[in-house]
Amino acid sequence: MILASVLTTNLAILVLAGFIGFVVVSKVPNTLHTPLMSGTNAIHGIVLLGGLLLFGLADLSAFSKALLVIAVAFGTINIVGGFLVTDRMLDMFKSKPKPKPAEEDSRPDRLPPGGKVADGKAGNTKAGDGEAGS
Amino acid sequence: MTSLPMATFLQSESFIYVLYIVAFALFIQGLRGLSGPTTAVRGNRIAAVGMAIAVVATLLNPGEGNWGLIALGLAIGVAVGVPAARRVKMTAMPQMVALFNGVGGGAVAIVSWVEFRGLGSTYGSHTVEIGGEVIHTGGVATYVAIFSVFAAIVGSVSFWGSNIAFGKLQEILPGRPISLGSAQQIVNLVLLILAVAAGVDLVAGAHSELLFIGMLIVAALLGNAVVLPIGGADMPVVISLLNAFTGLSAAATGMALNNPALIVAGMIVGASGSILTNLMAKAMNRSIPSIVAGGFGGGGAVEGAEGAGEHGGTVRSIGAADAAIQLAYANRVVVVPGYGMAVAQAQHAVRELTKELESRGVEVSYAIHPVAGRMPGHMNVLLAEADVPYDQLKEMDDANPEFQRTDVSLVIGANDVTNPAAKNTPSSPIYGMPILEVADSRSVIVIKRSMNPGFAGIENELYFDPKTSMLFGDAKSAVSEITAELSAL
Repeated sequence: MILASVLTTNLAILVLAGFIGFVVVSKVPNTLHTPLMSGTNAIHGIVLLGGLLLFGLADLSAFSKALLVIAVAFGTINIVGGFLVTDRMLDMFKSKPKPKPAEEDSRPDRLPPGGKVADGKAGNTKAGDGEAGS
Repeated sequence: MTSLPMATFLQSESFIYVLYIVAFALFIQGLRGLSGPTTAVRGNRIAAVGMAIAVVATLLNPGEGNWGLIALGLAIGVAVGVPAARRVKMTAMPQMVALFNGVGGGAVAIVSWVEFRGLGSTYGSHTVEIGGEVIHTGGVATYVAIFSVFAAIVGSVSFWGSNIAFGKLQEILPGRPISLGSAQQIVNLVLLILAVAAGVDLVAGAHSELLFIGMLIVAALLGNAVVLPIGGADMPVVISLLNAFTGLSAAATGMALNNPALIVAGMIVGASGSILTNLMAKAMNRSIPSIVAGGFGGGGAVEGAEGAGEHGGTVRSIGAADAAIQLAYANRVVVVPGYGMAVAQAQHAVRELTKELESRGVEVSYAIHPVAGRMPGHMNVLLAEADVPYDQLKEMDDANPEFQRTDVSLVIGANDVTNPAAKNTPSSPIYGMPILEVADSRSVIVIKRSMNPGFAGIENELYFDPKTSMLFGDAKSAVSEITAELSAL
């Protein structure tokens, strides 16, 4: 009979999670490394759970409670901020394939017809102005 | 409450445990989504759902109390986190990640502290005898104390280290290495030994909160001492490393609190951070210990200066009009962005330029060095923000063979990652570092503020190459100028 204590079970989970982490994260391409970082950042905000669990301890002193409020706030900032920022970033990646055909359409950029041409030129002049200013 | 069978079920240990399993399964599934840009958004949201489930599961815990304070903490977190995440500019992403990483580490350290305040009086009084039976003589198990103390130390290091990294990236602190010179490593070592010694003493039953606070402070000093001497260009490594630290400390907290969701989530982050740290270090051809030991600038500058003397070549400086003509008549242009593009926030200007080139039938792609910028994938995010199709972004290994059939390489604010000395000059401090081989292309245009050497303090022999032209100026204005000239052609 193998003695499976809470410790050994948790150690098994720890080790397996490590291997899974390596396998899964190895498949993330360089392009997505920043979102990967901010996404995993959000995930380690899970330490929020630690703060929440400890709020269940009996006879917490006022100081302990104050500390826990900070811990919960920190964890929440980490989670909410991390996931939102990652979402914002990934949205930019996701919308990528569409602009390409659109931009091929606007290829005859310097031929007269259409508002698009005007837009392009305005953009360029603006950029030029910005440079002159800076 | 307990009389309601439904409530009893929802609050049962098994149900909560199952929710945790669902949560970590969602984390893993979410991360799998990050393997491609099209599935990534969904992946991130799946992970977020997992997080929500984990939080709800914890709140179901029958022992849970202090609801008002929990609500307060959550409200503060949302009130700070949401606007920060919404408003941050893409160019400021490295600092944001550092900051979020820091608060995570801070939360870990505080949780351990409160745990010690609640249970620390029993540390060391626990004995186990395995003679067929396990005997608890009161108090928490020794391993709980060990993991808790470990989490406290690593969390504190991560909190302070990340804040210093944030300060450097935000330019509140100077980006150059701040170190004690040769004494630095000894100081770091002493701090580490002190922190570990205090931790061991606590686990053994030193029931002193003062000692615990002392340990947190020593760990805080260690976090400062480790990150302060690290210069700007090593930031991708440091941020990844701190990310791994926070993850591991969260996993340790999970071990101490017997919480599977925390263990799995923390460990996955630890693995991810370690992989990134390794990749970054490899891309700089430096070992992680040597980066943590600090200071790249000093020694390298001297050696580099000697190397520069050998060239003594002349640098060809051109104007935007010449650059525009060169680009306009190219068939294939590769843009090589670096930190200079991020600093000048030139990504949109670059996109305008490449659009103009594409409209003339020039084939444009981007070559991205793994350590370009201040965090892993930094350039990719900026270019994605500027609407560059991601299939135009080439990783180093794919980009290098292409340079030979490239007419013009346009280097924007990148320096050391293009330096041929890494290939040709064994005495160079960056010798052996994988580089983008722009020198293979037919001609090179480098947009740069001045002839100042890059972060490594090494003269770039690329600039003395006869086929290289230098366009001096701020990346954004220089690029816009070229675009303007180009559309006037």
